[in-house]
Amino acid sequence: MAEIHLTGRPASPGLAIGPVTVLTAAVTRRLATGDPAQEAVVLKAAIEGATTEIAELVGAVDGDVADILQFQVAMLEDDALAEGAYDAISAGVAADHAWRSALDAEISGYRSAEDEYFRARAADMVDIRDRVLARLSGVDTVAKITGGSIVACDDISPSIFLAADWTRGGAITLGAGSPSSHVAMLARARGVPMVVGLGPLSWNGRPPALALVDGDAGTVIFDPEPETQRLFEHRMAAANAGRAAADAGRTEPACTADGRPIAVLLNIAAPEDLAGLDPAICDGIGLVRTEFLFEASHGLPDEDTQYAAYRRILEWAQGRPVTIRTLDAGGDKPIAGLTAEGESNPFLGLRGIRLSLARPEVFCVQLRALLRAAVHGSLKVMLPMIAIPSEFDRAAIMLDTEFSALRAQGIACARPPLGIMVEVPAAALRAEYFGAAFYSIGSNDLTQYTMAAARDVGAVADLNDTGDPAVLALITRTVEVGRKRGVEVSLCGDAAAETRLTTALLATGLTNLSVSPIAVARLKAAIAGIRS
Amino acid sequence: MHDANASRATGTFEPLTGSAVLVNAVGLHARPSVKLTQSAKRFAAKIELALAADGPWTDAKSPVKVMRVKAPQGATLHFRVTGPDGEAALAAMLVLVHDGFGEA
Repeated sequence: MAEIHLTGRPASPGLAIGPVTVLTAAVTRRLATGDPAQEAVVLKAAIEGATTEIAELVGAVDGDVADILQFQVAMLEDDALAEGAYDAISAGVAADHAWRSALDAEISGYRSAEDEYFRARAADMVDIRDRVLARLSGVDTVAKITGGSIVACDDISPSIFLAADWTRGGAITLGAGSPSSHVAMLARARGVPMVVGLGPLSWNGRPPALALVDGDAGTVIFDPEPETQRLFEHRMAAANAGRAAADAGRTEPACTADGRPIAVLLNIAAPEDLAGLDPAICDGIGLVRTEFLFEASHGLPDEDTQYAAYRRILEWAQGRPVTIRTLDAGGDKPIAGLTAEGESNPFLGLRGIRLSLARPEVFCVQLRALLRAAVHGSLKVMLPMIAIPSEFDRAAIMLDTEFSALRAQGIACARPPLGIMVEVPAAALRAEYFGAAFYSIGSNDLTQYTMAAARDVGAVADLNDTGDPAVLALITRTVEVGRKRGVEVSLCGDAAAETRLTTALLATGLTNLSVSPIAVARLKAAIAGIRS
Repeated sequence: MHDANASRATGTFEPLTGSAVLVNAVGLHARPSVKLTQSAKRFAAKIELALAADGPWTDAKSPVKVMRVKAPQGATLHFRVTGPDGEAALAAMLVLVHDGFGEA
């Protein structure tokens, strides 16, 4: 069998070698087939899979838990449960939508019951609903992504990426995809090599066993000859040695060649990203994406769960500033049960602060957890997708209200400074009209909204350039407003880690850059070479 | 062939009815519903239940539908059974309810 060389586009740097896990398109992303017969088959398989999954759990538990699981199995095995969903499917509705609507109707029936016991069964129905939805969206395939494997598929969803274990290596190779996608961003943050745009991956029924991934060059070799593999392993060893040398200098503060100090902060998605990292490598954490909490809990995490996660991050930072961004769901980061479905353009829809203001019961839980965590370090809270000043004002009032309520209850809390992400051009153009305590430029979205070039469409990737003068002008403007108002301005998008842009970004007057931990050493080295 | 016989047989049997009061603590909830439907499924007869003697009738072999009835403690459960093993089926249903589904 000859080795297969494929060339795509680099999405996350690094070299990797490992066994191949092929995920089929049907399970990696829930794409409605448009064929009612096939949608019905997909739903039936998901229900049966969920039933088996629960039935297997029954054996491992006893007492009341076993009774509840047996109840769930009985419900799932009853055709009456999915009747409405199958009817909707035959009328042309996609399987996941049909199932969700049918179960939501069932759930609201339980919630409206007079008897408390029956009301409580709504939780079981929610569990049933989400288990089947998870199978429909392919979350169960995570089990197949064992540590160190090279995932090969058409595209992959952020939730699948986040649920898999990448601590033992591994890489992602996609037939489609884009270097600007949310998954690519996560891959860079976790140091997972990734290559996209390889073209249709067809194996003619014989999937490859082993792959060599070069995330720097954007190439993949499937089923390499022994000699090819030996040369690649040699390169990997050399690259690892080089990285170790650069890492040695990463605890030094960053400074340009002409002596201008630059704060380098970290972008993280979860407390786990900090495992094994020395806080001395950074000047704080510039961005904590809180979506991870919502992805992992398969629903809405409660206040204590959020508080515990935020507190861990603050304690890790040992007094360094930590900027936590409130939930930025929507766009390419859907969360079951929270984000709107069926939006024609989710990037221009109900996402970020818009969703939080529309769902105050979810937002207030997060604000309370943040207020409580604030006593454990130097916390700053950042609002995503702010477009107009009233959005900031409404969020600030909610934060103050929750703060007063917690204090009235005698619960330890502190009111953190509240700032905004500058990622909607409207906010950059009117930055001085916001009462924000700081600005953090989200260069990914600011770029895609300014250039009208989606970051998940490979065909317009050339336009999606933060180095474009139009984007740099908006950044410069924001930095100047920050200077006049005496508030800090930082940049936490992917552009901060693109060292080809470092000179241009520092020329805007920026002195705070936030990047994924893996990029710290490279960025500090690039800064040291710049003379302004 | 078998199905044809069964349906013809069902048609020739008069419906049997009976009722019993729900005595277990929280009514016809999750565990009793599962027990009741599992027991009902062992019979060929069509078994239906209702909260009133004149319906509306619910398929006693469907846990989803039985749970939708939300029968509380103290309610009287009416059964309507039609089929060759109807008598045994009705007796089994009534015993289950009388005994509080084996719960305290």
